[in-house]
Amino acid sequence: MAELTRDDVAHLAGLARIDLSDAELDKMVGELGIILESVAVVQQAPIEGVEPMSHPMPIVNVTRPDVVRPSLAADAVLAGAPAADQQRFSVPRILDED
Amino acid sequence: MTTDLTRASASELADLLASGETSSVEVTRALLARTHDVDTDVHAYLHVDHDGALASARDVDERRGRGEALHQLAGVPIAVKDVLATKGLPTTCGSKILEGWVPPYDATVVARLREAGMPILGKTNMDEFAMGSSTEHSAYGPTRNPWDLDRIPGGSGGGSSAVVASFQAPLAIGTDTGGSIRQPAAVTGTVGTKPTYGGVSRYGLVALASSLDQAGPCTRTVLDAALLHEVIGGHDPMDSTSIDAPVPPVVEAARRADVKGMKIGIVRELTGDGFQAGVQARFDESVQHLVDAGAEVVEVSCPSFTAALAAYYLILPSEASSNLAKFDAMRFGLRVLPEGVDAPSAEQVMAATRDAGFGDEVKRRIILGTYALSSGYYDAYYGSAQKVRRLIADDFARAFETADVLVSPTAPTTAFRFGDKIDDPMAMYLNDIATIPANLAGVPGMSLPSGLADEDGLPAGFQILAPAAADDRLYAVGAALEQRLLASWGGPLLNRAPHLTNASIASADATAGATTSADVTKGEGA
Repeated sequence: MAELTRDDVAHLAGLARIDLSDAELDKMVGELGIILESVAVVQQAPIEGVEPMSHPMPIVNVTRPDVVRPSLAADAVLAGAPAADQQRFSVPRILDED
Repeated sequence: MTTDLTRASASELADLLASGETSSVEVTRALLARTHDVDTDVHAYLHVDHDGALASARDVDERRGRGEALHQLAGVPIAVKDVLATKGLPTTCGSKILEGWVPPYDATVVARLREAGMPILGKTNMDEFAMGSSTEHSAYGPTRNPWDLDRIPGGSGGGSSAVVASFQAPLAIGTDTGGSIRQPAAVTGTVGTKPTYGGVSRYGLVALASSLDQAGPCTRTVLDAALLHEVIGGHDPMDSTSIDAPVPPVVEAARRADVKGMKIGIVRELTGDGFQAGVQARFDESVQHLVDAGAEVVEVSCPSFTAALAAYYLILPSEASSNLAKFDAMRFGLRVLPEGVDAPSAEQVMAATRDAGFGDEVKRRIILGTYALSSGYYDAYYGSAQKVRRLIADDFARAFETADVLVSPTAPTTAFRFGDKIDDPMAMYLNDIATIPANLAGVPGMSLPSGLADEDGLPAGFQILAPAAADDRLYAVGAALEQRLLASWGGPLLNRAPHLTNASIASADATAGATTSADVTKGEGA
């Protein structure tokens, strides 16, 4: 099993968009190591040639007639937004300034 | 009338309401008064909807007065786990990231409760995003077990188990991803069912792990669980994984309580070693009760169950890391700006918000899931776990060729003390060892009280598992066992729980409103 380093955890936290503090990173490296060691037993099970199962029942596509139905009112949806402007979600910048 | 309305079962309340001996307003008032008296200690609720519950009760009383045909449970109040969206009522999932969020719509389960005319008393506490077995991971402080206020009520649905165990509600809705209905039921001496996957709509249930989550009833009797199961079950076009078939005949099965000729399979891998002696003893007695009722016992082996915990703690974090990506500070919930950054980007705001808004366990599982799904490790972890999942489903299929139902103790131990496992994630995860296989395979499961363990006098749980879509078998076996246990105890097990009163608030004052589990472990309790 690959040893998880502090840099690995920092990278994963970046991918998961969680700005972990140094103290959190230190704590998490040890904990994740122990958990990963425990869950790695799945690799010892007799899984050779076994079909992976992603869902408890067969997944079939479900369709419905393409009929217009009422949806939530804009103000009801925006009521829970951190910021709204002119009937739209207001969000921080997504591009660099230059 | 001498009936204590807070102690009456939902079925008894339904009869009293139908015959006009009480009103929904009277029942709702009694339960709200009970909450006022005991919930400072128990902390089962995150939000109590005093006015809304009474308004629904008044409405249903008026409709009954006009002679309208009503649902059997009309007027019977209920509490709802805070992971289901409730229009106009806060829904936090036990997380700071959703503090103050009021959904603009109802989950289908909630809509069905409202259609049945059941007043919603409030939203119950839970481990943050249902990650935990003790409610110690709730951002709003833990719920305490009514049997011993220094102990956990189970989790993640500890609020729903404690609310019915402390007679603040006859019924509650829970959700079960790896045991979050059944394990809390076991440690509080109550009844809980995880229906067949797809049996109850997940629309409006804030997803933890979409392929495992299932909502179900938390009650004090098997019949009540069946009645509630029938209200919330059934096809929903808003959930593409919802089973398009009638709800299995659960109420009829609970009323007949017939196990004659039934084959009860004891799962070898889920008994003996690792199970507390008193829990095992009550389990063995319960099996004997079923034999006395006419059932036949067979032993079955499910060898892959030993790898179920490991598979679960890869599959769940993987699905959770994906599901929780929606908490991005853009459309709802918390938004935190990073410190010392001028004009932060959306990405920086997202990362700062998720660090501030998620608790330790949620962060741990998101990062674990991100790892398990990352390229280079996917096959070794998530891929292997999915193959183990198949082996577990195959084990169930083989076991159900020789047994009609499978049984085991629900949880390995009785309720543990606050703080005992909070710093050891793997020890916490082991609580779910007997409940997890059902979620991985999608089969239904029930826990009902089997008695008190000799070592500590605390409740133990008996788990019943049935094939997918045969939920009615849970109720047949559960009701037959309950009948015999009640006769042997001379009344409900919960009658032996300590008396919770206003007086106990004084001694627990130091810990009331505590926001961390560390504070609670210092308290003396009551």
